[in-house]
Amino acid sequence: MIKVQKNDFSLNDEMVLLKKRYNNIGALSSFIGIVRDKREDEKLLSMTLEHYPGMTEKMLNKINNEAINRWDLLGTTIIHRYGKLLPGDQIVLVISASKHRKEAIESCHFIIDWLKTKGPFWKYEKTIDKGYWVDAKSQDLEEELKWNN
Amino acid sequence: MKVLYFSWIKDKLGKSQEEIQIKDNIKTINDLIILLKNTNENYKDVFKDISSIKVSINMETAKYEDSIQDNDEIAFFPPMTGG
Repeated sequence: MIKVQKNDFSLNDEMVLLKKRYNNIGALSSFIGIVRDKREDEKLLSMTLEHYPGMTEKMLNKINNEAINRWDLLGTTIIHRYGKLLPGDQIVLVISASKHRKEAIESCHFIIDWLKTKGPFWKYEKTIDKGYWVDAKSQDLEEELKWNN
Repeated sequence: MKVLYFSWIKDKLGKSQEEIQIKDNIKTINDLIILLKNTNENYKDVFKDISSIKVSINMETAKYEDSIQDNDEIAFFPPMTGG
């Protein structure tokens, strides 16, 4: 299940939903991305996420389908927020459900790695006296490549 | 043709989208970039180093040498920073 939304989400509510929807779940693995309170050494005031409506849903579905093709999964949840967020706010949620732990843990890791470099989002960070578009990190690209595109 | 801009590209150009009438000699993304660069200094500045700019055609990741048509939706953006 894919959602792109402004509103916050609840890990617990989403896990309950997955458990209701699918039988025989033996493992749930989850990842939550959170807005840090610092940009390097500066205090961060806010992070605004811009995205490309339409392409975002398309790419998230592609990433989700890729995970389902690669691992034996029962279900997944991907929720990505956009708009203005404050330090401590939740940005993204990934949950993978499977019969056994290995599939859930690996696919959850894979989904967040691909989201980093293939999700059409751009982050704008504001500190007290400046604003910055966040550059993509070469390390994120390396993490993506280790999954053999 | 609808052309969209995101992130710092949108800020530098001062717009998030525009309609561009293309002629028959505009066959690829590369051709479109040349056309845009000839419009004014702002575009010239944005597209001076295209290695830092990604492109999509109809919401699918594309390459500069890919063909385009008048009814396509093209978007220019920096590398994505999701997650």
